[in-house]
Amino acid sequence: MGRLSVNLCGIELDNPVIPASGTFGYGYEFAEIYDINCLGTFSFKGTTRDPRFGNPTPRIAECTGGLINAVGLQNPGVDKVIEEELPRLAKCFHKPVMANVSGFSVEDYVYTCEKLDKEPQVGWLEVNVSCPNVHGGGMSFGTNPESAAEVVKAVKAKTTKPVIIKLTPNVTDIVSIAKACEEAGADGISLINTILGMRINLKTKKPVIANTMGGFSGPAVFPVALRMVYQVAHAVKVPVIGIGGVSTAEDVLEMMMAGATAVEVGAANLVNPMACKDIVDSLPAAMDKYGIENLSELIGGTC
Amino acid sequence: MKDCLLRVAENKQLGKDLFKMVLAGDVSAITAPGQFINIKLDGLFLRRPISVNDADGKTVTIIYKVVGKGTEMLCKMEPGQELMVLTGLGNGFDPGAAGDKPLLIGGGIGTAPMYMLAKQLLAMGKPVKVVMGFNGKDDVFYEEEFKALGCDVQVTTVDGSKGIKGFVTDALPEDSTYFYACGPEPMLKAVYKAAKMSGELSFEERMGCGFGACMGCSCKTLTGYKRICKDGPVMKKEEILWED
Repeated sequence: MGRLSVNLCGIELDNPVIPASGTFGYGYEFAEIYDINCLGTFSFKGTTRDPRFGNPTPRIAECTGGLINAVGLQNPGVDKVIEEELPRLAKCFHKPVMANVSGFSVEDYVYTCEKLDKEPQVGWLEVNVSCPNVHGGGMSFGTNPESAAEVVKAVKAKTTKPVIIKLTPNVTDIVSIAKACEEAGADGISLINTILGMRINLKTKKPVIANTMGGFSGPAVFPVALRMVYQVAHAVKVPVIGIGGVSTAEDVLEMMMAGATAVEVGAANLVNPMACKDIVDSLPAAMDKYGIENLSELIGGTC
Repeated sequence: MKDCLLRVAENKQLGKDLFKMVLAGDVSAITAPGQFINIKLDGLFLRRPISVNDADGKTVTIIYKVVGKGTEMLCKMEPGQELMVLTGLGNGFDPGAAGDKPLLIGGGIGTAPMYMLAKQLLAMGKPVKVVMGFNGKDDVFYEEEFKALGCDVQVTTVDGSKGIKGFVTDALPEDSTYFYACGPEPMLKAVYKAAKMSGELSFEERMGCGFGACMGCSCKTLTGYKRICKDGPVMKKEEILWED
């Protein structure tokens, strides 16, 4: 066990750095420029039962300290992911991968999770009940404790691998939702998905994003994410993955002190394709600087 | 794709809001005309994608119009300053498809990437015809540069202040074997409809990453969903699907 390693729901990670779903594709764009086996794992592109094109363009807007995206779960559908993406990934990534799943009904979630659960490459199922960019699904499941718990319960009943539920910050009380998911059997909780945001183009007087609104992420959301990770990690016993604006090794340490077992890195990958490798490489020096011997001892190590 | 620190060797104004920048350093990842680079600017989150005007192994040249915060910052850069730049992005044009008489069509700033393509086609011994369209005579750039290469150049302007009055589609020769087009989408659509021969069109879209990871710039084509940044920006005429 190295000094960077952590245990996420029974699976040992060499380090807690995980590229977040939707910022890392199915891995190979990044595998072209570095060996992605240096990562703890990564969460692949949100996958649904059927293929999806997603929302009309423009889907992206620049913001101070981040960006808004409204991609809308573009993906080839679970069957193509299993037939094409996973075999291709197996050539460049030799660790368990996190399968990110979205749906528009409880049955959708169960169907997709059941299929991915059978894939030997998949280590965890990250169930996204928090996509702000699709109507009639996604985030609507994650905005109240009962429906979020219903998804967890239904997925757990049909799968064997650890189920991590990914929560939205666009709620009044994220702690009550996290607790309901834990009670329903969730093995872990990841948060936060993006914060619903908007930009207007002054020249056209219209929203920059074709879908009007989208999810805001990037370094600017880090304090909000950290606060929610802290609140949830202190309210549940299952491992928490901290997500939101993480861009440096110091951010990773801060997230872990707030109670995160592992950390997902999103927007940073889009600006610097080497971001996750850079974070992994700079973690030992950052730990030395703050007198941290082992990362696993750091989790929740704040008053 | 390579992320490199490039040094500004030159940054000069060509016209109203129009600039040419030469960046020096490792540009070995640029392998085809029509590719683009993605520039990191201090204080802005996303990089700014700009098409390659020319590249010679040691430098890359871009021509850009000042349209927002990013290009405003770019135009104030001084020689000697350095920028982090992702190079060699996108598929680029395929000069091998040109046939005997290639036609290059540029609209506004979309004329810029045609320069490197013209050089490559001329080096292959092809006669190169260029039709470049602008709003008015003050917007015209690189006419002399294309002529100096040895291209047959036709300028069109919407207001008729230079060349043929009208759009690029009012000046398309009949006998070309293949076309390459880059410009605003209405122009690309008009060229697509008017051109009888096959060809390639270069598209643009607001991008997130610029290298295929975020699905921010996807479009539908007759051969499936494509990412403008990674599978494009150049699409074959035969695969294009106009959505409206």
